[in-house]
Amino acid sequence: MTAPLLALQNLSKTFRSHGHAVHAVQDVSIDVAAGECLAIVGESGSGKSTLANMVLGILAPSAGEIRYDGQALPARRTLAHRRALQLVQQNPLSALNPKRSIGASLRLAFDVHRIGDRAGRTARVGALLEDVGLPADFAQRPPAALSGGQRQRVAIARALACDSRLLVLDEPTSALDVLVQSRILRLLADLRAEHGLTYLFISHDLAVVRNIADRVAVFEKGRMVELAPTDRLFTAPEHPYTRRLISAVPVITEDEITMRDQLAHGAA
Amino acid sequence: MTDPVLALHDLRLAFKGFTGTTEVLHGLSLSIDRGERVALVGESGSGKSVTARIVLGLIQEMRGAKVSGRLRFQGQDLDRLPKRARHGLRGTAMSMIFQDPTSSLNPAYRIGTQFREVLARGTPGITAEAATARATALLDEVAIPQPDRVLAAYPFQLSGGMNQRVMIAMALANEPALLIADEPGTALDVTVQAQTLRLMRRVVEQHGTAVLFISHNLGVVREFADRTYVIYRGRIVEHGPTEAVFHTPGHPYTRALMAAQPRITGGGVPEIAERDAQYGDPMVVHPTGAAAGAGA
Amino acid sequence: MRRVIGILLANPLSLLGVVLVALVVLGAVFADFLAPFPEHRGAVVDFLNFNRPPEWPYIFGTDLVGRDLFSRILYAYRISLMLGVVVLAIAVPIGVTIGLLAGYLGGVWEYLLMRLTDVFLSIPPLVLAMSIMGLLEPTLINGMLAVTAMWWPWYTRLVYTITRGEKEEGYVLAAEVIGASRSHVMFREILPNCVPAVITKMTLDLGFVILIASSLSFLGLGVQPPTPDLGSMVAEGADYLPDSWWLTVFPGLAILVAVFGFNLVGDALRDILGAER
Repeated sequence: MTAPLLALQNLSKTFRSHGHAVHAVQDVSIDVAAGECLAIVGESGSGKSTLANMVLGILAPSAGEIRYDGQALPARRTLAHRRALQLVQQNPLSALNPKRSIGASLRLAFDVHRIGDRAGRTARVGALLEDVGLPADFAQRPPAALSGGQRQRVAIARALACDSRLLVLDEPTSALDVLVQSRILRLLADLRAEHGLTYLFISHDLAVVRNIADRVAVFEKGRMVELAPTDRLFTAPEHPYTRRLISAVPVITEDEITMRDQLAHGAA
Repeated sequence: MTDPVLALHDLRLAFKGFTGTTEVLHGLSLSIDRGERVALVGESGSGKSVTARIVLGLIQEMRGAKVSGRLRFQGQDLDRLPKRARHGLRGTAMSMIFQDPTSSLNPAYRIGTQFREVLARGTPGITAEAATARATALLDEVAIPQPDRVLAAYPFQLSGGMNQRVMIAMALANEPALLIADEPGTALDVTVQAQTLRLMRRVVEQHGTAVLFISHNLGVVREFADRTYVIYRGRIVEHGPTEAVFHTPGHPYTRALMAAQPRITGGGVPEIAERDAQYGDPMVVHPTGAAAGAGA
Repeated sequence: MRRVIGILLANPLSLLGVVLVALVVLGAVFADFLAPFPEHRGAVVDFLNFNRPPEWPYIFGTDLVGRDLFSRILYAYRISLMLGVVVLAIAVPIGVTIGLLAGYLGGVWEYLLMRLTDVFLSIPPLVLAMSIMGLLEPTLINGMLAVTAMWWPWYTRLVYTITRGEKEEGYVLAAEVIGASRSHVMFREILPNCVPAVITKMTLDLGFVILIASSLSFLGLGVQPPTPDLGSMVAEGADYLPDSWWLTVFPGLAILVAVFGFNLVGDALRDILGAER
């Protein structure tokens, strides 16, 4: 196996709150291969968001190390590190500045990282928009003129603007309607194939994860309780918590009900 | 034949703005029988939540809102009812539970105090002892382990799941004929949501309460409702027994919704159009058979 | 634009505000053409026509040295507005910048800057201005200085509160993750979202600055004679009530019209700019 693009080694994060320690993430080690989509699932308080924030450099780990492309990432990220790791957030309504045009929001990455010459940046913005399936003239519009799905496309385009290799996708579709969700998931899958991207897909929705991830890490109260290839995790979950999570998913087809019931009974 | 608990006929809603009038509901008809659990499922902006608020009489009070059509509740025309009588129905004959249980409860008062207020709406002058006894019994019904401790607590001291149960107990406190549930449990974790829904289903069955269940989540609807209405951009596009709608969806929009729902059995992400000319097709109605049962 | 006109037409008070503000501003700008006696803005004495009740050509009457009150009110508006604009032009950038820094940087910066602001806020504005004026010569420049010193903290509070909220928005996180500088985040991302509230407050404040400046000169601490000022005109006339009522009533009404007009327009702006978000 080749060296992992991202390696989390014995990563922990402890918060102090009213005098006692809260272990948000405890001793987590995961290797993420280049081009892989690794899902991190869990409920609120599982530590999945804290983990994502540490990877992005928003939070400093209390212990452990994050290695990217073979090198340890410092607590204070350089511009080059920031450029390599980008983020797509959950809520597309808040992720774009309501007072700046779509073009201005997308251009920021080019300006900060000095990508292309000044004149060429406008053309790049148009190309980016087309990459995510939006017309280039959306650059002039304010976010308010776009639907939720379109805004999420812009947010994805912004993450791509830095030519990042790794995207942290923090619940990228959970604020969207189901029809829009399926198109955004499709776009994410296509972009990954096209640009050879690596995804860290944070989600609470197991049905979504089932259809997009290569491997799934299940988190409960700050600990990783199971890590397995997606197919195996759903057909033969080993940890009781994983089984509980899967059997709580509201489903719509007979096949799913059968599968879920089998898991539930296996657990009993 | 008895009157349905709720019957909406050709309901229309328009908002007058500075730049003209926009119609949001285009002639929506829906009925709920006694003790029946009916879902109204659709995406955001489809008009499902606004429909619930019209039934409660909240939209009619807004400036610029124009509601037309017939709203009948237990055989009486809601629009002919004097304002005061209509207001009196809320919290007694019809009650509502909202998406986020914790913010629906007043953080400044103990659960017990809020519970007594709710009970006093249905039974004016209820004594403190009687209210506590009734509240304890109701909390017991929604499987809350130590009711007296919960009654003495403030909402922020309880978990989201616990607050949701408290909300359900309060909503049923005055034995309403109709319970309106707007995206219940959406703010909760999946495992808690599943428990809460199972519980809610059990207690409304026991109380014989009719439920209008508003949701965007197909899986949740399938598990909860006897009958389902699918709403798309202010129009009902399909309705019938839940089994039939899910098993043999007839309308292109319903079919797209079902196809877009990711499956835990896998199969990848399908390519689906957000908008399609066919979504405007005429309504599909599944015949209501005898005692249509819900899914698992 | 259609929406803006719609909001104005839907609320007759907003429309009234626009009309009043237009009257005040046009009167001040075109005072040289509109004033029947432009020279009366200075030290002119006309003993033949002193203390006259309103009558043609002195529609608001004349003062104790025979100057046309209407002409003087127009010029007083000009000075009041200039004062207001200059005060805000200095106070707003200072207040806004401090508010942004305190709200966005947090930590020690937040503590120091906001405590400083609180100190200024805790002193009643008129008292602060009076003490500054007491220390310095009561001139127009010092008047502006005094009013400015008491005005910026309100903008700091306003912008600080908005910034604290906006800081939690996803777009700020997005810019930080991309690697944008702090000054970019503050001035290019957050500041535009403070602008509607700041503009609304500025409009309201134009009225209040006029009121405060008038209060100061009413107390003899502001603009000095012979420069026309609404506050000192009311003060001078107060001794001759009720016989020479026009000496106080017209300058008083002039203050009222300006303050009321800017308030109504400020409220309308709040609706127009606020609803856009």
